[in-house]
Amino acid sequence: MIWELLRKRLYQLVLVAWGVGTLTFVLMRSLPGDMAYRIAASRYGQDNVDSAAAELVRQELNLDQGWLSSYVNWLFELLQFNLGNSLVSGLPVSETVLHQLGHSLLLAGFGIALSICIALPLGTWSAKKGGLVNSIMVWFSTCTRAMPVFVLGLILILLFALEWPLFPVAGFGTWQHLVLPSITLAISLAAVSNRVVYGSVRRVLRSPFYQFSRVKGLSERQTFFRHGMRNMAVPIVAFIGIQLVSVIEGIVMIESLFSWPGVGHGLAHAIFARDIPVIQGCALTMGVLFVVLNGIIDLLCYWIDPRGEQEQ
Amino acid sequence: MTELSYASINKKKKLKRGILVATVIAVGAVIAFTATQKSSDQTVPTKANTLSISGPWEISSLDPSKQGYILTRMQVIETLLNINSKGLITAGLATEWRSSEDGLTWQLSLRKGVTFHDGLPMDADSVVQSLEFAQSKHGTLNKAEVVSIKALNNEQISIELAKPYAAFASLLTNYSNAILSPASYKQDGAVETLFGSGPYQMSSFAPPHQLTVKKFDNYWGQKPSIEFATYLTGHRAESRILQAKSGEADIVFTLEPSMLGQLDGSNEVQLYSHLVPRTMFIKLNAAHPILDDIQVRKALSMGLNRAAIATNVLGSEGSETSQLMPSSMSQWFVEGIETNGYNLEQARDILADLGWQQGDSGMLERDGTPFKLTMITYADRPELTTVATAIQAQWAKLGVELKVDITNSSMIPAGHKDGSLEMALIARNFGFSGDPLPIMSTDFAHGGGDWGTMNWNNAEVDSAITELVGSQDPERSLELSQQVAATIYNEYPVLPISSYSQHTSVNKRVKNFQFDPFERDYFINQMEIK
Repeated sequence: MIWELLRKRLYQLVLVAWGVGTLTFVLMRSLPGDMAYRIAASRYGQDNVDSAAAELVRQELNLDQGWLSSYVNWLFELLQFNLGNSLVSGLPVSETVLHQLGHSLLLAGFGIALSICIALPLGTWSAKKGGLVNSIMVWFSTCTRAMPVFVLGLILILLFALEWPLFPVAGFGTWQHLVLPSITLAISLAAVSNRVVYGSVRRVLRSPFYQFSRVKGLSERQTFFRHGMRNMAVPIVAFIGIQLVSVIEGIVMIESLFSWPGVGHGLAHAIFARDIPVIQGCALTMGVLFVVLNGIIDLLCYWIDPRGEQEQ
Repeated sequence: MTELSYASINKKKKLKRGILVATVIAVGAVIAFTATQKSSDQTVPTKANTLSISGPWEISSLDPSKQGYILTRMQVIETLLNINSKGLITAGLATEWRSSEDGLTWQLSLRKGVTFHDGLPMDADSVVQSLEFAQSKHGTLNKAEVVSIKALNNEQISIELAKPYAAFASLLTNYSNAILSPASYKQDGAVETLFGSGPYQMSSFAPPHQLTVKKFDNYWGQKPSIEFATYLTGHRAESRILQAKSGEADIVFTLEPSMLGQLDGSNEVQLYSHLVPRTMFIKLNAAHPILDDIQVRKALSMGLNRAAIATNVLGSEGSETSQLMPSSMSQWFVEGIETNGYNLEQARDILADLGWQQGDSGMLERDGTPFKLTMITYADRPELTTVATAIQAQWAKLGVELKVDITNSSMIPAGHKDGSLEMALIARNFGFSGDPLPIMSTDFAHGGGDWGTMNWNNAEVDSAITELVGSQDPERSLELSQQVAATIYNEYPVLPISSYSQHTSVNKRVKNFQFDPFERDYFINQMEIK
């Protein structure tokens, strides 16, 4: 059964890689504006971009070659696992993407881990207590979610970097630099996931099997850990999996506020610069990551609750 | 039976808890250990031995022709000639420079005792190689028609030009012509590992955000006292000002004027504002059916309340200007010109005389054609966007419908080339290579250029610029420059708005801070930190 699942994911992987790469290629080529000028602006800075620079870029990168031939070139290189070089910096795309993706994964990983640490106890607590506690939690979650993550980050900077100078404002390279961006991310993620935890815990707490185990004489703690946890986990793990993927690509605001060299920020800048190899490299890696993460989440859910697969 | 099983479960739980606690302690110990190890090792950048600089510019490449401006500022690479704060050319890696009588041959004597960061001595061959690679890339050297670059002997080089170029020495001050060790280049001229000759050498590079440099003990000039310096790109003005405020960044460049108030009363930070040779102006397509009339351009100029923009939007009162060059470029600055020139009534009258009447919507029309224009600008400099909307509001009072389009900076040269551009709000650095002449000759004469006038022709200006390029007589050059500047002011081919101030915050632990108005050098080797 597991092998079947993995095989399916592998097919998906190849399809996603080709589809994402082709789609980004077509989309980038259909954007307005002359690519040579865009690349020149990013290469030489806005004070030094002119027609001569654009012409130089056009010659050097052979931008006049037709759509089809540059697409075929890209596909051919991809088959040899070569993502090419950035049109702006000239550095290999794989190096650029790995550098950025490494930082994104680090931030996303810590952010998610912290968000779990916040969401699990809060969600469980509000499910157990209900009433006023739950109302406060709903109110608090809604407010946090409604606030742009940028504002949340600024508030944290003002508190923990200026009022009490415990952590640096921006930058990367040490563990201290990771603290504020990952807390910002964690709070904004936990604002939603604690509600999912709440729903899941509530469902289990009210289920007959849970009630029965209490009647059977197990203590509340024993019931929760032995009969509750596993049953609650599947929807929560699935949801956190979705969050993780969206977080890796979608934390541009946090990355740019904290000067964090992540892939979301890198991708946004590559799009401004029409740096097609970098865009394709980023999109491709993220597409692959998406499939891989989904695969892992599937396996994890299967391990937590093998019943679903057995029924099939 | 059940009891026994519970006991074993409890045992397991205790074991798990024990493992967890042990892991936490171990991780804590590792972190503490690495932290203490770092602080005891002197060669690692720490707060105490590192000057941290923050600015908005990204650095994605170590090639001097690309973002070399960050590399000269961080003192990694050097050029043959330098510019002092008054705009005069001074010695750099070359100690003497002179041109032949006919202005076609430039001879430079190289400084002795210069060592590159890889330990190789600088000689004429390495200089020739660097300049030849610079010539094959995008840079200022291509503005003059260079025929050949030759080594005369080990300490002298000569550069032959096809035509005399009076400002040639100033071209050599530009970062794109920096001199690197031969080991820096790959065969095709691409820069692989950067070995410059400045007081600081590369330590680490994490494009596009961070660059760390380390002091170079064999520097030929004033040796630095600060061990490390790091440059961090801060994309958001909000983060940069907070970095200044928290003391995390020692020097923060290009602060947003509207945010400067946040640093008032700070005991930690000193704020500096310096005039830089950069002007914000509106580029106009003088062949556009509405804008081809000088009187229309004059009326638009009069409809601009520059003083209000300077004070309220840019936060630097008195920086408004209606001429192209700032006063620091005295050769091109015409004394006694009114700086604001705002006169809404007169502007309305001029347009009415030309047949522009208010239509039903309150906007101007002539023969059924609305007075409608599109102005593009770019977001790299955040103030441009706000100023553009201020202009939109000011011209609306005149009855002009202005659409503001915020795009990429490259759309300006692209729109110039294909003729589609109507107007653009731009910020131009005239100190790009010390002398503004290279920019004036390519962008403001003979029909204009990418970042200057567009479809505007004036025979006097054309001939004056042609003469200036070849002129070696300072008095005549002054006369011609003044004539060009005055004509540009009188014919409105561009509409200047304001000159620029660079706002910089410097932490009080930094001593001997000095600002280079040409933004070529941060003078880190002269600074000290407490």
